[in-house]
Amino acid sequence: MSAAQSAPSLKPSALTFQDLLFRLQAFWAERGCVLQQPYDVEVGAGTMAPETFLRVLGPKPYKVGYAQPSRRPADGRYGENPNRLFKHTQFQLILKPPPVNVQELYLESLEAMGIDLKKHDLKFEEDNWEWPAGGAWGVGWQVMLDGLEITQFTYFQQCGGLDLDPMCAELTYGMERIAAFLQDVDSIYDIVWARDPETGAPVTYGDVRLAEELQFSVYNFEYADVPRLWEHFSSYESEAQSLIEQAGKLLADENASPKEKTRFPLLATYELALKCSNVFNLLDARGAISVTERVGIIGRIRNLTVGVAKAYAQQQQVGELAS
Amino acid sequence: MSDFLLEIGLEEIPARMIATAEAELGKRVNDLLTRERLLGEGAKVTTYSTPRRLAVMAEGVLAAQADSEEKLTGPSWKVAFKDGAPTAAAEAFAKKAGISVSALKKLTTAKGEYVSATVKRQGRTATDILAADLPKEVLAIYWAKNMYWRAGKPERFVRPVRWLLALLDSAVVPLEIAGIAAGNASRGHRILHGDAPVAVASAAGYKEALRAASVMVDVAERRHSIRKALDAATRTIPGARWREDEPLVETVTHLTERPTVILGNFDPEYLELPEEVLVTVMRDHQKYFAVEGADGKLAPHFLTVLNTQADAEGEAIIRHGNQKVLVARFKDARFFWDFDQKTPLIDRVESLKHVTFQKNLGTYFWKTEQNEVVVRALALALYGSNVAFDQDALLKATKLAKADLTAELVKEFTELQGIIGGLYARAQGLGERVALAIYEQYTPTSTEDEIPVSVEGQLLGLADRIHTIAAMFWDGQAPTGSKDPFALRRAANAIVKILAESQLPLRLSQLLAVVPYPLEHAGKPIQQRDEHESVSTFLRERLHFYLKDVRGFAYDVVNAVLAAGADDVRDAIARAEALTAVRGSEDFIAISTAFKRIKNILRQAAEKGFAIGSSADIPLSDEAHRLRGAAAALVPEVARLREQRAYSDALAQIATLRPVVDTFFDKVMVLDPDEKVRGAHLGLIDDVLRNFSGIADFSEIVTG
Repeated sequence: MSAAQSAPSLKPSALTFQDLLFRLQAFWAERGCVLQQPYDVEVGAGTMAPETFLRVLGPKPYKVGYAQPSRRPADGRYGENPNRLFKHTQFQLILKPPPVNVQELYLESLEAMGIDLKKHDLKFEEDNWEWPAGGAWGVGWQVMLDGLEITQFTYFQQCGGLDLDPMCAELTYGMERIAAFLQDVDSIYDIVWARDPETGAPVTYGDVRLAEELQFSVYNFEYADVPRLWEHFSSYESEAQSLIEQAGKLLADENASPKEKTRFPLLATYELALKCSNVFNLLDARGAISVTERVGIIGRIRNLTVGVAKAYAQQQQVGELAS
Repeated sequence: MSDFLLEIGLEEIPARMIATAEAELGKRVNDLLTRERLLGEGAKVTTYSTPRRLAVMAEGVLAAQADSEEKLTGPSWKVAFKDGAPTAAAEAFAKKAGISVSALKKLTTAKGEYVSATVKRQGRTATDILAADLPKEVLAIYWAKNMYWRAGKPERFVRPVRWLLALLDSAVVPLEIAGIAAGNASRGHRILHGDAPVAVASAAGYKEALRAASVMVDVAERRHSIRKALDAATRTIPGARWREDEPLVETVTHLTERPTVILGNFDPEYLELPEEVLVTVMRDHQKYFAVEGADGKLAPHFLTVLNTQADAEGEAIIRHGNQKVLVARFKDARFFWDFDQKTPLIDRVESLKHVTFQKNLGTYFWKTEQNEVVVRALALALYGSNVAFDQDALLKATKLAKADLTAELVKEFTELQGIIGGLYARAQGLGERVALAIYEQYTPTSTEDEIPVSVEGQLLGLADRIHTIAAMFWDGQAPTGSKDPFALRRAANAIVKILAESQLPLRLSQLLAVVPYPLEHAGKPIQQRDEHESVSTFLRERLHFYLKDVRGFAYDVVNAVLAAGADDVRDAIARAEALTAVRGSEDFIAISTAFKRIKNILRQAAEKGFAIGSSADIPLSDEAHRLRGAAAALVPEVARLREQRAYSDALAQIATLRPVVDTFFDKVMVLDPDEKVRGAHLGLIDDVLRNFSGIADFSEIVTG
C-alpha cells in the first residue's frame, strides 16, 4: 500500500470549510451574482428554495448564489458514518440565462477554491437531473474531480411543469465533499470548519454539527410521531390547495386589479408545499410510506408545486404588464 | 480538388451518444456532397470526435458542381409568334427562362410546333451549397436526449454549440449553426491547452493542429493509446493483467481528449468483499478497470483513465484522490454487507409484503408465492425424467429468491440483485445449491450471456420469467412495437435460451400450462384460453428471433421449421439443422418446389369449392398410382426416423420421392375436369403434404 502512504499531504495549504464558502461566494459575487442567505424553511436541496424554484420561471434574468443546508432525513447515520449526513450544505448557483462561457467560469470557480486544475483530473460526465415532486428536470453532468463527484451541473429545461425560457444553468457544489477532499480527511466530521487566527486552533465540522446529526437521526428514525406527521401533511396540503384555488380564481378574474393579483401570497403558498415535502421525507425515514403509497404522495406534492409555479408565472406576467 | 473540414464544438457530449452521432454526421455530409455532385473521383469522408467536438473531413471535394443544360418547352409556336413577330406570350416565356426572345428555338413534336429555350445552369460552388445546406443536416442529427439553450428555443441539440470550424482547404465556409458563425479556429484541451483559440490553417492540417493543443481527435487512435497505456501501467505489477472490458474501454475513450492511465492501489483487506461487489464499484461506479493477479484472482489495484497529462506531483495527487474515493465506497459496501447479515434472508421474506412487484398485480411476497406454485409444478413435470436436481434446494431458493430486494447492499447496487442474494445464502450456510440457484436466477441477461449452470437455477429462472410474462400480459402490459418497459422480450429470450441450451425436457406449452391464472383481474374475467394464445404467440416470436438472429438459421428455414411445430425448442433446432443441411441439394429443391405447387393447387381447389376425394375411390393413372405407392411405402420409415429425431435421414428419405413427384406433375393434370378423378388427385397430394410436413413445411423454403 505504498502509494497511499507516500501520497503528498494536502492539508497545510487547504482552506477551512468557511474559507471555501467565502471564496466561492466572493468569486460569484464578483461576477454579478446576488448572494442570498439560505432559505429558512426545511428543503431537501438548494433547487427547492424559492430563489431557484420560482426565480427560474418567466423571462426575467437573475443570477443568485446561496449556501443551502439541505435535509435528507433518511440519509442520517447518527453521526457514525464518515461519508453520510442528514443535513449537508449545497452551494447553489443559478445563472439565468447562462453566459456562453459558463463552463469556463465554473472551472475558474474551482481554481478560486484553491484547486490547481493542472494537478487534477476533471471530467464532465453525463448526469441528467430531475425532481419529480417539483415537475422539474434538466440535462447536464456530474463533475468528477479525481473520481469524486463534486458538482451537479444542470441546464434546467422545465420547472413546476413549465418550459423555461430562457433556460438557466444550475450549479450545485457539494461543500462537505469538496472540503473533505481538499483537506484530505477521512471523515466529514474531521473537516476544519474554522481556525482561530491567533492560536491556529481548529474548530471541526464535528464540533459544529455532530450533535445535530445525532439528535436529528434519533428524531427522524425513532421519535417523529407518525400519525401526527400525517396530520401535518394533510393540514399543510389542504391550506396550500385552498390558496392555490383562490389564486387561480383571482388571477383569472378580469375585474380584479393588478394590485390585488400581485399581492396574493403565492410565496407563502409555496412554503406550505415545501413543508409537505419535508414531512413526506420524515415519514419516509420512519418507514411509514410503502412503495405503493410513495408514487401517490409524490403526485400530491407535485400538484402543489406545479399549482404554485403556474400561478406564480401568471402573477409575474401581471406584475410586468402593470409596471 | 479540395478538402472540406467541419468541426462542431460542443460542451461535453454524453459518452454513450458520441459514436453513433459521429457516424451519422459522416453519412449526412457524404450524402449531401454526393447528392449535390460535389465528390470527385476517389473522394474520402473521415470522421473524428472527442467529448467536446464532432468533426468530419471530406477529401476530394469539387470546387463547384459541373455546369448543366436544361431544355424548357413553352407555348405553341403559333401563339408565340404572329407573322414572325414575338407575342407577349413569347416574351413572358423568354423572361422566365432568362434568355432573350431571339434565342428561342422551334421544337417540332408529334403534337405540333412549340417554342423551346435552352437554359445553361452554372454549377453552384461547394462553398454556397455547404453554407446553405449543411446547417440543417447537422441539426437533424438524432440524439437520445437533447436540450434547448437559446431564448425562444430555435433549435435542440445534445448540448450547446460553442464554436464552429468550417474550412474548404484554407478558406472559411461561411455557415452558421445555432447562432454560431463558422471560423478557422478550434479549441484545445480545457486544462492542458486552456481557453486560447487553436488556429487551423487548413483542413488537411486539422488533426495535427489539435494534437498540438493536446487533443487526439481520432477515436481509434485514442482507443489504441488507452489500451497501450493500460498495458504499460499494469506491467508495473509482476504477473498482473487488467480485466478486459470492451464497453468500459469505449466509455473512457469517449470521456477523454488526451487520455493517460494511472494505476492505483487499495488495502488488500477489502478483497474479503465479494469480487462481484468490488468489480461493480470499480467498473460501474468509478469507471475503473479491475486488475487480476497471475492466479486470475482480483488484485488490490485498479486502473483509471484520466483526461489529462499531469506531472509527477499531479499524478500522485490524482492517484491519492481516486484511492480515497474507492476506499470510501468499499467501506460503504462493507458496512452494508455487515448490516444486512443482521437480518437473514429468511427473515426478509415477510417484508416483501411492502415491496411492490407490479401495482395492479401484487407485491414481491405475492410474486414469491406464485413462483413457488410454478416451480412445484415444473418439478412435478420433470418427475420420472432423467434430469437430476435437488427439489428441496429448488423450493428453498424460490422462497428466498427475492428476499435480497430488502437488503441495503442491493439498494446501493441494484444491478447485483440475485447475485447478492446468492452470496448471502452462501454466507448464511443455506447450502451451495440454494445459493447457486438464487445467484443465477437472472442469467442469462442477454443473448450472449451463459445460461445457469445448475438445474435448480435454470428451473427458478424459467418459473420466475414465465410467470412474470403471463401476469404482465393479463395485466395488459404486453410489449407493443418498440415499447417494452418491463423487458418482457428479454425475459422470453432467456426462456428460449435456457430451453435450447439446457437438458430440460420441457416444452413452451408446458411452462405456460403451470402458471396459475386468476379467474378475474381488475374487475374483468380472464379468458385463460385467449391469454395462453397471446403468450404462446409471443414466445413463438422469440423462438423465431432465437433461431434466426442468435443461431443464424436462414429465415425460410426458420419459417418452415416453426410451421411444423414451435413448442419443443431443442427439437426445432434439430429440425432446422437438418433442413439447413439438405436445403441446397437438387432433389430437395425439387421437393420444395413440388410442395409449393401442392399447396397452391389445394388453395385453388378450395377457392373453387372442389371436393377432396380419396385416391382409393377410382383407378388411377400410372403416374398417380406410382406416387401413391412410393409415398405410402415411405410413410412408416419417415415416421420412425422422425420419432428417433434422425431428421437428416428422414429428409433424405423424403427427397427420394422426387422422381415420382416430378413425373406426376409432368404427366398428370391434377385438376381434371372429371370430378371423381380430380377428387382422387387432390386426395393424393393432400396426403403427401400432410404425411411429409411434420419436420418442416417445405413450401416455405425459398427456391431458385
